[in-house]
Amino acid sequence: MEFVSPEGLRLDGRRPMEMRQIRAEIGAVSRADGSAVFEMGNTKVIAAVYGPREVQNRSQQINDQALVRCEYSMANFSTGDRMRKPKGDSPARCPMFLEASTTIPTILGREGDFKAINRDISGHSPDHGSMHIDAPNASFSGTRSACINAATLALADAGIPMRDLVTSCSAGYLNSTALLDLNYVEDSAGGPDVTVGILPKSDKVTLLQMDAKLPMDTFENVMQLAIEGCKAVATYIREVLLENTKQLEYRRGV
Amino acid sequence: MRGLQVSLNQTQKIRLQRSLEKLESLSSKTNRNASVTVADTIPVNYEDGVLKGHGTSELDGEVVATLCGVVERVNKLVYVRALRARYKPEIGDIIVGRVIEVAPKRWRLEINFSQDAVLMLSSMNLPDGIQRRRTALDELNMRSIFEENDVICAEVRGFQHDGSLHLQARSQKYGKLERGQLLTVPPYLVKRRKLHFHHIEQYGIDLILGCNGFIWVGEHVGAKDDMVVDQSSKSEQEDVKSTTYPTSLEEQERTYTPLETRQNICRTANAVRVLSTLGFKGEAEQRSLKKKKG
Repeated sequence: MEFVSPEGLRLDGRRPMEMRQIRAEIGAVSRADGSAVFEMGNTKVIAAVYGPREVQNRSQQINDQALVRCEYSMANFSTGDRMRKPKGDSPARCPMFLEASTTIPTILGREGDFKAINRDISGHSPDHGSMHIDAPNASFSGTRSACINAATLALADAGIPMRDLVTSCSAGYLNSTALLDLNYVEDSAGGPDVTVGILPKSDKVTLLQMDAKLPMDTFENVMQLAIEGCKAVATYIREVLLENTKQLEYRRGV
Repeated sequence: MRGLQVSLNQTQKIRLQRSLEKLESLSSKTNRNASVTVADTIPVNYEDGVLKGHGTSELDGEVVATLCGVVERVNKLVYVRALRARYKPEIGDIIVGRVIEVAPKRWRLEINFSQDAVLMLSSMNLPDGIQRRRTALDELNMRSIFEENDVICAEVRGFQHDGSLHLQARSQKYGKLERGQLLTVPPYLVKRRKLHFHHIEQYGIDLILGCNGFIWVGEHVGAKDDMVVDQSSKSEQEDVKSTTYPTSLEEQERTYTPLETRQNICRTANAVRVLSTLGFKGEAEQRSLKKKKG
């Protein structure tokens, strides 16, 4: 099947280097301490952060660290075939769940972040807090990236100190062209799909995943493309956060 | 907009729009570039020597924000004040909390903080008012003072070694709150002022603005004297089903909050909710004005 036409247009009319339209909204879930909705094309993810608060289960309490609990679920109607009971609920069954629930905390809960969290939340060293990140999402392709971006926004909204934003984007290689931000059809084509998560300010990579195989030089191109996509997402996220902060501040009054 | 979806008619929308624009122009004059997001560099004069406060960290020799908020500078201290974070307690704050657990010699309260606050039995006045050492019998009767799900007003006394709060409720104005509603509001909207207990005479209600974002709107309770018992009324809380029914018939006759007061309580509570949804800071005068407008 032809994914890139001879004129250089993809199936949905984009150029190989173009991302899908992104849209972010802060404060969708009113009950949560911080929440965000992040849309990348048709992929829509809602992330909600609850905390920091008392650990629910006393036995899990660690004295000088914070516990970040991450829950990831997909709605019934969100995958290709409608599932009656989403299989993604039990970690043993769905590999996607496992990946997401390990990458998100490792990205956001790096050593530096924990220290920042401890220091700012409690003021004294031990902290018995826990945070809960919920990311139910509504579509299939690029969900990992959208989840990570949404989680970053939600954490920033909740006022949790973070060393840096984490943004993520995916890129692939079909018809001998590197393509940025694959959509559902391109994703299910079976070609290589590279997902990259970076810290834009410090230029560090926190997540790098790929299915299928690629020769080294092509891989470098694809990864570079994905990193640029991440940086574009980061600029957008920063704008959204700044706008939100300004609005909150002037509404609050002098 | 988070929270309630406030439906406004056309004139109200225009008025809201205009007031927002005015606020925006006012604030842009005062602090133009003070807002930062995560990982923004904070412009700092390095030669002076800088103390990095909350919400900042060092990255490659630059001071970088770890929160989204507004940069504040006090002499050499630079910190980022976050909006929308959980409550940040200070000693002497007046807070309103709900009891979640009765533990040996203390009550655990839920306030809008990363940990539960602790109110020790010794920091609480005994019902008979005598100052004495708390005995084992007092400990067994703790439940008669406060039970689970009671709403309490107290003051922050200090921090425990693990970062949780220590409260005290020794004065007459602190203690159990009855006959009213508890509202939750984002804590950054409640500014620290000299007066957190407001008594609105016109409507006969009490308004307690807790610094943790919990606000109590209730019927006015006079001095906690046994003389004023005939003022007592049956509690009618909107969200919580009232579980205490007065035992005798005579008490039942006396214990009826007049309908008027209850309506006033509801109206004030709704005014507070709307104001907080729109993001305006809570102050008692503002709310009474808003309430008059209906």
